[in-house]
Amino acid sequence: MSLPSSEVFRSAALTRQLAGEIRQVVTRPWNIMEICGGQTHAILQYGLDQLLPAEITLIHGPGCPVCVTALESIENALQIAGQPEVIFTSFGDMLRVPGARANLFSARAEGADVRVVYSPLDAVKLARETPHKQVVFFAIGFETTVPSIAASILHAERNKISNFSILPANVLVPPAMHAILKSPDNRVNAFLAAGHVCAVMGYWEYEPIAAQYRTPIVVTGFEPVDLLRGILMSVRQLESGRSEVENAYERAVTREGNPDAQAMITQVFEPVDRQWRGIGLISLSGLGLRPRFKSFDALERFALAHQAVSESPLCIAGQVLRGNATPHDCPAFGRECTPASPLGAPMVSSEGACAAYYRYQRVKT
Amino acid sequence: MTETNYPNLQGPVCPLPLQPGGQIVIGHGSGGGMTRDLIVNVFQKYLGNAVLNSGNDSALLNGELVAPPGYQLVVSTDAHVVFPLFFPGGDIGRLSVCGTVNDVAMLGAQPKYLTASFILEEGFSIDELEKVLASMRDACAEAGVQIIAADTKVTEKGKADKLFITTTGIGWAPVGRRITGDQAQPGDAVLISGALGNHGIAVLQARGNLGFQSDVQSDTAPLNHLTQGLCAAFPDVHVMRDPTRGGLATTLVEIAQQSSVTIQLDEPEIPIDASVRAACDLLGLDTLYLANEGKVIVILPEEHAEDALSFLRAQKYGEKARRIGRVIARSSGQLLLGTALSTTRVLDMLAGEMLPRIC
Repeated sequence: MSLPSSEVFRSAALTRQLAGEIRQVVTRPWNIMEICGGQTHAILQYGLDQLLPAEITLIHGPGCPVCVTALESIENALQIAGQPEVIFTSFGDMLRVPGARANLFSARAEGADVRVVYSPLDAVKLARETPHKQVVFFAIGFETTVPSIAASILHAERNKISNFSILPANVLVPPAMHAILKSPDNRVNAFLAAGHVCAVMGYWEYEPIAAQYRTPIVVTGFEPVDLLRGILMSVRQLESGRSEVENAYERAVTREGNPDAQAMITQVFEPVDRQWRGIGLISLSGLGLRPRFKSFDALERFALAHQAVSESPLCIAGQVLRGNATPHDCPAFGRECTPASPLGAPMVSSEGACAAYYRYQRVKT
Repeated sequence: MTETNYPNLQGPVCPLPLQPGGQIVIGHGSGGGMTRDLIVNVFQKYLGNAVLNSGNDSALLNGELVAPPGYQLVVSTDAHVVFPLFFPGGDIGRLSVCGTVNDVAMLGAQPKYLTASFILEEGFSIDELEKVLASMRDACAEAGVQIIAADTKVTEKGKADKLFITTTGIGWAPVGRRITGDQAQPGDAVLISGALGNHGIAVLQARGNLGFQSDVQSDTAPLNHLTQGLCAAFPDVHVMRDPTRGGLATTLVEIAQQSSVTIQLDEPEIPIDASVRAACDLLGLDTLYLANEGKVIVILPEEHAEDALSFLRAQKYGEKARRIGRVIARSSGQLLLGTALSTTRVLDMLAGEMLPRIC
């Protein structure tokens, strides 16, 4: 009898077998960073860290899209959402991320029209249905969300929907990996690359990174069996001194990725410098609209006041996002900072390391 | 094609009140003739009974309507503001009866009466109102309760969302019966009457913006017959509670804190329908935090767990009952989840609104 695939990849027997293999292979301490917040969430949800030998330390990477969205972008979002003619749309996770003083939920409570959408195409549909309103979509996320955002821009252009625009805040994974590996206090020995990003982009662009920094990179999925396979393949490379790009997520990822999606991204967007919350400016790490599509850029459409913004002095989110601290190292963790009243973005999204720790490891068991 | 002749309304005309068509207008809340017509022709048509129809300012309960000697009164109130009003497996009418009936039933009481107040938005369709009332009538009949007092108000368009219903439930329980959230004891077993998360997914689905179809139906149901039978057969039930908003996890954290105990759940035993699990996987939602409107958590001494489980499985709405965990220790109040991988994690209350993950 064959099991549905989700059951195979959550199989307790397979997971235990892989954990056993990791224990047999490992001889020395290794730090492995999972890039993606979805992976952090799954690791803590299933307690996979409890199955690993003491030699393996998992470092939680910067791959939580709401966590790394710059404070300045959130302030811009709040300003735009506050304008009376605007319907501001966003993925749900973004609504609770604190800006300097407020978040989008509190803006909504004060009368702003802020709505959760599941897809940017829903925002375009809303724009068509409400021609007297300006519909703005908060374009956040990694390469996973970009194709649908590019599609929404092309759709709006084709159908002459001029009351739709986006607030561009998308970011790219490879420049962040460069930034982490170049950092003098880098502790990462190997990466689990984010499987869904690679489903879109392929993994050819990681090959120069693995070679340049002599760091193994294993494309990894999100179920327990996927994650332990990714870790096992990383450890095998580390123990044998290899530094290659390997694919542990064959059912979703090819080396080339999805060429149609990539073409759509390139058609609409171009790389720009971008601020990462808690990390700082990373050159060419974001996506901005190409000149032909500038009319869909909310930053051009709305006159925004520039405001100086600063983070809570208690919050160590930057160190957590760089993998140099765990949430337990933060004095505010679980005290001043909780999912109900987060000081920093990683406490907001379930993909954020602090929220995942709060949810699954607040009391160490 | 013939043209209808409309009267010329230019210039002074007799201010004859407009005859309301199929929708609620402000006049329905005036307290005057239109209100009376709405009550008699619409509300009483579905919910009428001798007490409600008496037309007095309050209901007079005497004789056999009063709790018998040896019983104490149990009262609960609940406001219902669900969007949309109609969803697969239920609607605001069924919900407003079952929600309150269940809250009374969770203390081991037999619900007897409801009161209901209706806030109607100007422009709301009377057809839809009748559907909601028919659904309330059916749910009341199933639960064996009567609506003995009711009120209607109308707001201007835009000041409410079609229809809000607040119901208050009155019932009675034997004096001395103490089934409350602070009674869980180390050694107790934790049972659930059926699969979790169906209501939450059904309502999300009905909002029509998920981008996929599923056949998930809300579980909205009156549980009072099931809980009454259980309490009669197992007098030492310690806790019963319905895991509504916030879901199983939030409700069990509340109980753990009220009782100062640690509860450990066994994840593989928690019943979740495949379609609900698939929807949650797609949306990045956690089934343990999804709302239910027809499930009860039962906590009782371990030695009665198997018999209670057999009892529940023989009842309507209890067919898929499972034993899902146990109370393991005294503590400051904690909920643990043992996963299928034999790892353990802490479950917390839902913080704020449940938001789908991004990727």
